[in-house]
Amino acid sequence: MDERYTMASRDAEWRSKLRQEMTPVQRRAIPRVKMNELPADYRITNNEEVNCGLSEAQALQESTRCLDCPDPQCVQGCPVGIDIPGFIKNIQRGDISMAAAVLRQTSALPAVCGRVCPQERQCESRCIYNKMKLPSVAIGYLERFAADHALAQGDGPVQEKPLSKNIKIAVVGSGPCGLSFAGEMVRRGYGVTVFEALHEIGGVLKYGIPEFRLPNSVVEAEIDSLRKAGVEFYTDIVIGKTLSYDDLLNQGFKAMFVASGAGLPRFMGIPGENLSGVMSSNEYLTRINLMNAGRGGKTPVATGSRVAVIGGGNTAMDSVRTARRMGATDAMIIYRRSKDEMPARVEEVHHAEEEGVQFLTLHNPVEYIGDENGRVRAMRLQKMVLGEPDESGRRSPVPVDGDIVEVPVDVVIVSVGVSPNPLIPDSIDGLDVSRRGTIVVDESMRSSMPLIYAGGDIVRGGATVILAMGDGRKAAAAMDERLSAEQLN
Amino acid sequence: MYEIVSKRNFSENVVQFVVKAPLIARSRRPGHFVIVRTGKEGERIPLTISDADVEKGTITLVVQAIGESTRDICRLDAGDCLTDVVGPLGRATHIEKVGTVVCCGGGVGVAPLLPIIKAMKAAGNRVVSVLAARTRDLIILEDEVRRSSDELVIMTDDGSYGDKGLVTDGVEAVIKREPVQQVVTIGPAVMMKFVSKLTEKYDIPTVASLNTIMVDGTGMCGACRVTVGGKTRFVCVDGPEFDAHQVDFDEMIMRLRAYN
Repeated sequence: MDERYTMASRDAEWRSKLRQEMTPVQRRAIPRVKMNELPADYRITNNEEVNCGLSEAQALQESTRCLDCPDPQCVQGCPVGIDIPGFIKNIQRGDISMAAAVLRQTSALPAVCGRVCPQERQCESRCIYNKMKLPSVAIGYLERFAADHALAQGDGPVQEKPLSKNIKIAVVGSGPCGLSFAGEMVRRGYGVTVFEALHEIGGVLKYGIPEFRLPNSVVEAEIDSLRKAGVEFYTDIVIGKTLSYDDLLNQGFKAMFVASGAGLPRFMGIPGENLSGVMSSNEYLTRINLMNAGRGGKTPVATGSRVAVIGGGNTAMDSVRTARRMGATDAMIIYRRSKDEMPARVEEVHHAEEEGVQFLTLHNPVEYIGDENGRVRAMRLQKMVLGEPDESGRRSPVPVDGDIVEVPVDVVIVSVGVSPNPLIPDSIDGLDVSRRGTIVVDESMRSSMPLIYAGGDIVRGGATVILAMGDGRKAAAAMDERLSAEQLN
Repeated sequence: MYEIVSKRNFSENVVQFVVKAPLIARSRRPGHFVIVRTGKEGERIPLTISDADVEKGTITLVVQAIGESTRDICRLDAGDCLTDVVGPLGRATHIEKVGTVVCCGGGVGVAPLLPIIKAMKAAGNRVVSVLAARTRDLIILEDEVRRSSDELVIMTDDGSYGDKGLVTDGVEAVIKREPVQQVVTIGPAVMMKFVSKLTEKYDIPTVASLNTIMVDGTGMCGACRVTVGGKTRFVCVDGPEFDAHQVDFDEMIMRLRAYN
């Protein structure tokens, strides 16, 4: 019997009972819980996590709102198909460890997903409450609540068959995709070794997403639980450089999973983009988040009172909110469409607004102007209007002829996307790589080389944490199936 | 942790370390670099590899103390450890028999030049090395370069050793004297700029190895970007060597001052 079924079967007696305790009308009358947050004027003075999590009472009340639908659409909205009513109802019955265990069945990093997933576009957008014009169940908040509880208790992934398989698997990259794959494989009894190029484990969860949105302690706790389950981690190893794929095969690794992530930052190719003070969001965030620049680390970072961030995604929001915390009085988002088209999470935009970030929407930079030392001092912004929808379905921005403004600026952070990391594609002969530089995989995440699987940004070019994790999970299942079949033959 | 096996002081501010890093020693090729970090709050510093010993599992690095982090590294002694050494990074030098190759280096640029000199020589080229410094005490690795080259020319600004003059004077003298098929230049950006201008005049293919600001060094942050042939390129993954005649050295020099 599927373990999940026993942990959270909808037909279980306890769960039927919970459903009968209260009528849907009574449940609908409960207001959606509000996340406890640090006040905006306080949080811009430090790096503390903005969302404080739910109390037990809040979580219990919110879990009661869930109608425990017979055909829960929220699960369809989750890229990894978490048994959402199953974990929520476990919270409601007070078995929070079990709720976390349900999450662990499908998500290697629930405390991370509870914080950074765009739930309003995924699970929560499918909640039945939306149809009743009521706010959806706060699935993300509840996920975080259960996962944090488990981390505090020291509950990790359940290792069903500890190293039973005696097969070594190499993982390239320790970001969300690599970690999720590692968790899935160690659970299945494989010996898993993760190789990380940087000096810290965690990938984008460490160098990219800021502390105020995802504390390093949470990431560390997730990594520790993988370590306890038997995953080995090595830093300072660049696969394709320090060790080649052939080296790994010679060391007895049977297969490899590539989750080397996003690489080269994209720039817009406009004049002045290489002036001092203009940098990618990857550079800005890495200096601050990974290297601790401006907060005790020896790595420098450009600061100034007027900081412009180009772009409207989550990374742009992370950058601009970081700039505010680094002392910028005028922290600006420059985005060529309107706020409605912004790809960033609603919550991030809302938090940025609360923190005093200025939004120059319908503006697009066309040039940066430097001073005599080659340092950026101003940007020229083309004003835009919205035209017809483009292939992404969003209304495309059209420049207003001749309407250009010059805005003084000290630092510019370009956050318009990334290309895949070129190191692995460049180093393995015979690996199929697309024109964009992504590794080509089939539906099971297998590359053109039979024992190399890949997932996350190196395959997608740029995606979310949860999609990367979903890839890791899918690849693990497929690789396990293939290796198991091979063993039988 | 990566143990420092031995230390040698070239001058007050220039130090050579032999560091235990067996995996890097095995896989490095001429032209490669590493990123070094020391201490919990240390900066990631790109350093070129000047030599390696596969048997002993060591690599040789030359460090010039120019800022806080490089000073921290230079203060370390044999027996101490570097917190992180990652590499080999970048693309290896393209080595080919072309005829006569002039390898010119200035300052600590001589360190990464040495393995290229050796490889060029081993490939069957006639190698004329030109080393330049402000004054005699700042010439490094002279014996090693002499042993690996067919001829060694030394230039000092003050004439305290070798010939008096700039590196370009030394290179030009060789070019005027005999046919030169290729020039390799490593050193301060301004030096490489003028070597490049010189060889462009004589239409001699020239490779420059760029040492820009980097953070991760693995193709992620874009701090190392330079304009080469009008296009933005990344030194850490596309370089560190480029066709010198295509490099926008003025922009590079300006970007190197970003954190001064």
